[in-house]
Amino acid sequence: MDILSIALPALSEAFALILQPEQLTFLALGVLLGLSVGVFPGLGGIAGLSLVMPFIYGMDPVSGLALMVGLVAVIPTSDTFASVLMGIPGSSASQATVLDGFPLSKQGQAARALAAAFVSSLFGGLFGAVVLTFFILVARPIVLSFGLPELLMLTILGFSMVGVLAGQSLLKGLVAAGLGMAVATIGEAPAQGSSRMDFGFWYLQDGLQLVIVGLGIFAIPEIISLLRQNRSIAETAALGAGWIDGLRDWWRNLFLSVRCAVIGVVVGVIPGLGGSVVDWIAYGHTVQSSRSRERFGKGDIRGVIGPESSNNAKEGGGLVPTLLFGIPGSGSMAVFIAGMILLGYEAGPQMIRNDLPVTYTVVWSLALANVFGAGLCILLSGGIARLTLIRFPLLVPFLFMMIAFAAFQSRQTLWDLGALVAIGLLGIFMRRFDWPRPAFLIGFVLAEQAEVYTYQATQIAMLRFRRGWEAGLDYLVSPTVIALLVITVVSVWLGMRQSTAIHDGAGTATEDRSKRAPMLFAALILVFLVVVTVDALSVPVLIDRVFPLTVAGFSAVLALLVLVQMLRQSVSSPLFADAEVHGDDARAAVGLWRTLAWFLALLALTALFGFVLAIVLFFTLFLRLRAGVGWPRILALTAGGVGGLLLLAGSLNRDFPPGLLQALVDLPWPFAGR
Amino acid sequence: MAHFGTLALAATAGGLLAVTAAPAQAVDLAGETIEWIIPFSEGGGSDRWARFYAPLLSEALPGQPVVVVKNMPGAGSTKGANYFAERAEADGLTILGTSGSTQFPYLLDDPRVKFDYADWEVVLASATGGVAYLPPDLGERWQDDRAALIADTYFIYGSQGATRLDLVPLLAFEMLGMQVDAVFGLKGRGDGRLMFERGEANIDYQTSSAYLANVVPLVDDGQAVPIMTWGSLDADGTIVRDPTFPDIPTFKEVCEATEGCETVGPAWEAWKAFFIAGFAAQKMVFLPGGASQDMVDTFTNAFRAVTERPDFADISARRLGVYPQATGASAETFKRLATDVPAEARAWIKAWLKDRYGVEL
Repeated sequence: MDILSIALPALSEAFALILQPEQLTFLALGVLLGLSVGVFPGLGGIAGLSLVMPFIYGMDPVSGLALMVGLVAVIPTSDTFASVLMGIPGSSASQATVLDGFPLSKQGQAARALAAAFVSSLFGGLFGAVVLTFFILVARPIVLSFGLPELLMLTILGFSMVGVLAGQSLLKGLVAAGLGMAVATIGEAPAQGSSRMDFGFWYLQDGLQLVIVGLGIFAIPEIISLLRQNRSIAETAALGAGWIDGLRDWWRNLFLSVRCAVIGVVVGVIPGLGGSVVDWIAYGHTVQSSRSRERFGKGDIRGVIGPESSNNAKEGGGLVPTLLFGIPGSGSMAVFIAGMILLGYEAGPQMIRNDLPVTYTVVWSLALANVFGAGLCILLSGGIARLTLIRFPLLVPFLFMMIAFAAFQSRQTLWDLGALVAIGLLGIFMRRFDWPRPAFLIGFVLAEQAEVYTYQATQIAMLRFRRGWEAGLDYLVSPTVIALLVITVVSVWLGMRQSTAIHDGAGTATEDRSKRAPMLFAALILVFLVVVTVDALSVPVLIDRVFPLTVAGFSAVLALLVLVQMLRQSVSSPLFADAEVHGDDARAAVGLWRTLAWFLALLALTALFGFVLAIVLFFTLFLRLRAGVGWPRILALTAGGVGGLLLLAGSLNRDFPPGLLQALVDLPWPFAGR
Repeated sequence: MAHFGTLALAATAGGLLAVTAAPAQAVDLAGETIEWIIPFSEGGGSDRWARFYAPLLSEALPGQPVVVVKNMPGAGSTKGANYFAERAEADGLTILGTSGSTQFPYLLDDPRVKFDYADWEVVLASATGGVAYLPPDLGERWQDDRAALIADTYFIYGSQGATRLDLVPLLAFEMLGMQVDAVFGLKGRGDGRLMFERGEANIDYQTSSAYLANVVPLVDDGQAVPIMTWGSLDADGTIVRDPTFPDIPTFKEVCEATEGCETVGPAWEAWKAFFIAGFAAQKMVFLPGGASQDMVDTFTNAFRAVTERPDFADISARRLGVYPQATGASAETFKRLATDVPAEARAWIKAWLKDRYGVEL
């Protein structure tokens, strides 16, 4: 055990380095900052690290690393609050948690769901730290064995989850995934930078960011739907199962947690796969490997345990390429590397060779941070879960404020809010007509790597084939590729065997629904896909043209098939699911457009007066007119909400969306904007 | 309640503005916050460069103002630069850091560019360099038998795009007569190094700091062989050996020793211009046009004080490499060379991009 003889002394040396009052204090500080930042959707590791970056230079290296690692490690823990309690994906790492976590909250089981999520996070985090310890010494050849064909195969494996998450109609699932990919091709092409689908509009040139798409597809439809029903999030008057139940749930599903933690580590370790897909793969795996699937999407605790076990494990795995190759696996890892440089360490092989004890303080920080963070969150979960008992209209201004602020972090322009509304509308209708939103998101997340890896692997393979058949085949058909291919086939088969569940509570078939609205929506999707196809034809550079042309063209054909099926099948087919006729929304007290109008009003007010003034007006108007709250409470809620946001934004050095007013008059922060 | 807050804040801010506007002679920035706009996202090279300088600049400016780095990425870095051109006040409280990736769209007449370097006052110009390297077997032939290697080898190079900084290596390879297939779509140069380490690419280059941290260990292990640097610029604007890598020949030397490669004529002039804009004067700090001479001098002196700190060589070597950090007149020279490129060189590059890569600008 050569590894052990290298690792153990360094580990104990590292333990002695970290177990000092000063270092532990900084670790705890990092954890607290990470928890606070993670609670806000849209603010992740980048925002948190940027907050501490000015203080890093000149710090003791171990303290600085503890501060940064503590902060990064707990973000996938605390982001669960928003996902479970509000149905807002707290960050890209916990989008899948929403699928079952939020229904559990609606059933009054928020504390149970949170506790199960946190203990899964804790387990995943510790697992990741253990793997990091030993793997970092041997990982180099393994990581290097994942070339472009292997990465492409992994991407395809990710796509195979669409089959599992497709819901009642596989065809609709495929179209949804294709639509997600088509939306992702908007903007500068990754290879040669050709314009695609931007119509000369600068905002679209950079493409849409995952934050906005995630919020629009998941958060906005849920919030609007709840608001229309005018009740609290939990349907019950009192909270049911408590946090102890959540711990028991996790224990009962220990092996699921182990498997998903492994998935998390693997996805994290391989650079180039991107962390935002890990929760979906874990969720897909959870559904595949479960015998009874009826409750998924309606509040199955396993749907929380799976993704949450994987997303913290990913952080440990993700530190492998970061420390080993100096290649950041995510935006927050990029800032982490910058911070390490300020501390005098350049991530890379020589750091592991020469400074192993210091490297291992990262491992200890990671493990301790997960214990601190998850412990604190479990303790808090019972209390915070009571939020779900509050009358929903009282929460809405806070949620709108948080979502808008989160979306604005994308490009820091008013158009971020416009894009959010547009994607939000798409999400609302996908939810209404039971188009699988997870499939859309998987398509969106994986599109760019699918495009780039396909093209790069093809190009390199062609050069190898020029040298000879054998060289080319060796490159394309490696043992890893074959193994991944087998896993993919099994995954697809498991998904096809029983593609049930995962739909959004649209009702059972009856005669009183009509074909018109669902067909109209399907036709609109077809039109969009055709537009993307036509636009792709005009892209001048071949390698920038092929992917959108193929994906959108193929999806358009599938969408046409959906329409043909719709024409031929009776109105009782699940194809015509309509939540407005059956399901939650049918019982809603208020219409869709009247509810959505409030969000549009916030957008309009922001366009006129800038975000800060707009949100003050919005709080006042909404609480008075819609929630019917008395003036003293309006004052208190507005001051608390807006004050909290200003405090946060001020300390993170963030601006707010400007409006017409700011174009005319120069105002000081926070009323100014850029 | 929030409205009262508004008024109070507005009043305070108004007061602050009045204070900074009044005395022009003795600039005192005490209590101020200087926003340093970086038109790139967090963690990239420019962000790291700015975050290295920010605390040192804060110490060196009169009154020790807070200097915060404000990342404003988007539209290939033109968004942040356009914002600076349109909105920044010439009060010294907003400065801009640009990179080669900002210079290139400007030189290639990218329609998104709505700024003009000529309007701005340069207060610092930082150079960097780059080193190209090969796998050991090809590296050996490069030393012994370069002409045959160039004639019979297909090279694969992982690239971020032909219009990015990669333009400089791609054109250099082509001028040497090498058959290089660029595999585009990389997210960063680190990915190119991974492709090289995986054996998928068989030629790569890294900027100096990344080369020192991640390629030198490969060279020590016999897994990579450096073949040339892009060089460095001396005070007269001549390309000389890179001071960080004095033992590695420059592209210019290699070109002179290679048949068919010429260090005169339009291709060379174009290469040299874009090398300067992309590497030799890669990163610059600007004040908005209309900034008072006092303010320009204040920043120039502050940056000079930073670069003349006795420990500067020590603290900067690992982060910036050993390169000129120019202020004052020499910064002006760097700026002129990087942004005032003859129209012929720009036209030549555009035609080459169209012809070779089908990229129309």
